[in-house]
Amino acid sequence: MEKKIRVPLFHLAKREELSKKKKFIIRIIAIVAALLLCALLTALATGINPLEVYGSLVGGAFGSVRKTWITLQDLSILLLISVALTPAFTMKFWNIGGEGQVLVGGLATAACMILLENKIPSVLIMLVSFIAAVLAGALWGLIPAVCKAKWNTNETLMTLMMNYIATQLVSFFVIIWEVPKGSGKIGIINQNSHDGWMVQLFGSKYMLCIVVSAVVTVFMYIYLNYSKHGYEIQVVGQSINTAKYVGINISKVIIRTMLLSGALCGLAGMLLVGSINHTITTTIAGGQGFTAVMVSWMAKFNPFTMIPCAFLIVFMNRGAGEIATNFGLNPSFADIMTGIILFFIIGCEFFINYSIKFRKMSGGRS
Amino acid sequence: MKKLVSVLLAAMMALSLCACGASAGSAADGGAKDAGSGASDIKVGFICLHDENSTYDLNFINGAKEACKNLGIEPIIKVNIPEGQECYDAACELADAGCSFIFADSFGHEDYMIEAAKEYPDIQFSHATGTKAHTEGLANYHNAFASIYEGRYLAGIVAGMKLKEMIDAGEITPDQAKIGYVGAFTYAEVISGYTSFFLGARSVVPEATMEVTFTGSWYDETAEKEGATKLIQDGCVLISQHADSMGAPTACENAGVPDVSYNGSTEAACPNTFLVSSRIDWAPYFEYAIKATANKEAYDTDWTGTLETGSVALTDLGKSVADGTKEAVEEAKKKLQDGSLHVFDTSTFTVEGKELTTYMADVDTDPDYKGDHEAIKDGYFNESGEGMRSAPYFDLQIDGISLLDTAF
Repeated sequence: MEKKIRVPLFHLAKREELSKKKKFIIRIIAIVAALLLCALLTALATGINPLEVYGSLVGGAFGSVRKTWITLQDLSILLLISVALTPAFTMKFWNIGGEGQVLVGGLATAACMILLENKIPSVLIMLVSFIAAVLAGALWGLIPAVCKAKWNTNETLMTLMMNYIATQLVSFFVIIWEVPKGSGKIGIINQNSHDGWMVQLFGSKYMLCIVVSAVVTVFMYIYLNYSKHGYEIQVVGQSINTAKYVGINISKVIIRTMLLSGALCGLAGMLLVGSINHTITTTIAGGQGFTAVMVSWMAKFNPFTMIPCAFLIVFMNRGAGEIATNFGLNPSFADIMTGIILFFIIGCEFFINYSIKFRKMSGGRS
Repeated sequence: MKKLVSVLLAAMMALSLCACGASAGSAADGGAKDAGSGASDIKVGFICLHDENSTYDLNFINGAKEACKNLGIEPIIKVNIPEGQECYDAACELADAGCSFIFADSFGHEDYMIEAAKEYPDIQFSHATGTKAHTEGLANYHNAFASIYEGRYLAGIVAGMKLKEMIDAGEITPDQAKIGYVGAFTYAEVISGYTSFFLGARSVVPEATMEVTFTGSWYDETAEKEGATKLIQDGCVLISQHADSMGAPTACENAGVPDVSYNGSTEAACPNTFLVSSRIDWAPYFEYAIKATANKEAYDTDWTGTLETGSVALTDLGKSVADGTKEAVEEAKKKLQDGSLHVFDTSTFTVEGKELTTYMADVDTDPDYKGDHEAIKDGYFNESGEGMRSAPYFDLQIDGISLLDTAF
């Protein structure tokens, strides 16, 4: 029997490493394409001038001094959570429990603020809340880490399930502390005494989150790249066998790293409750524990690259409300645009790693 | 990656800067058009928990648009603002944008509105359904509500007439006249609502009973739909609700069970089962408060809309209501207005088998939930009464109503 060799219309081939310039150009093309598609969609679906919509997005994020501060504050929280998750990801420990770790941190802070009001000075409440939040977050990270280290349980499932436990725990305490009974709301904690409200730095209530997040980001960059711990994390992430061979205690690294990851998430929870919202609800983390996973991955685990990645998401979120107000568009419309832009940004990585080779017409038939 | 994103942002900013110029121009045009009419020199802002998909928020948005149209101004409406710091941020952003009257529509917004009110003493802040204005002592912070229990009572009469028709037709026996009710939370606002509805129905069918289920959320379409379905399976022959999605009406339409909705007519989506809907018409309050703000006059710290002010309204009746419903509702409405009928007449209900002669209601909100005001007056429970507060405080469990799923 004669064998026919069929050449497909096109096939994919792994590329050589591209030059920085070429990578850059591919990414620019992706972004322009995403913006064009969004513009087209806006014009077709709503009949509104897309440039005006883009203008509104910027207005929502930077339209006034206050808006700019809030954007920076939101950015700092998302960045903090992303950075917190990163050491776990770097060692290929899929911590998708950021949401829960943030929640228990927030819950611990709320508990300190409610239970210690008028009992000890406000400064001490802050200190106690800080310790409680960090410990609570660390505990929420520790449980799946220990199970992984001891019994090799699946950390993805474990951390995910810890989120649900945290949510239920918060709703339990909301019912205990709610005012008035049955309303499902705690309201602002210590609204008049301000006991346990986190300090304001440089006279601005937005500054604390920004400073904490900046410090943690720099710390994490140094920790991951220039410390022995960071090196161990990298090795465990690259190859468990290599780590074993060079004598790294893998269980210890997993547990230590998740303690750090959880503690930093707990810190984010403390800021959300103690510095920003002054209340606790089951939705206070607002899905940022999951968004942070994407930010961390998009930035390829580089804490500094996470700044623009987190910024993009926060910018679109802040703009979403503005386009809803200005054009009567549902805020979901901004989510659609965010989705398109992210799709193009992540999708263009494919073209950086692979090339498409088309069938040559001459002598193609066989 | 970093470079990439920064370029992206730079590109977007550049694009939008051009756009900013364009939109600023058109806004200015809009402003010029309005300049002729009455209170048009002031800006007003509205903060809504959800968007127009929630019947509750839609009712506010419609009220705001109507009032602003009458006053010749353009409202700035912010939707999907959660009950957290976002509400404070939104209020402050509206203040920064030059609004002199700012309104928020959800119970959980209250604390954050108070924070904003403290920061901007020259701007008027109003909050619907809240309970704290009368004790907070801020001149620029106001609560508003309406005696919606009267509207619920009238809607209850519509329900009662329907039950009576079903009994007379032999479809159900009088002791099968069980009403189902999907509520959001277990506090006074909801309790007052379902109790007044039930009393209205029972004024027509004395044997009627009611089951109430709770979802633990103001807007959870799935939970509300499931709740209604469960009640129907439990033998409830008529459904009403105090939660804000289309969940319960849809479940009723699917099951062919008559439904009394809330916040506005659901007839378009549920033509076969829709009976009536009670709602608060917010336009009268908005006009009152915005006019006062524009004229720099003080207005009520705690305002209660009534049938007289046009704040308590019933929608048009659905096509499946019983004969004589319209007349029965009109009669009761007249009696409510002339004071010969009280919704919470203590001779019409019992609590743990006993008639109520005294009750200390928790009117001033504090974490102790202690009663602080005597609410029984001249043989009725004085809901949203003079010298009390506009938001409901009737939180008694009366006989004939059983509660399911109170721990949501």
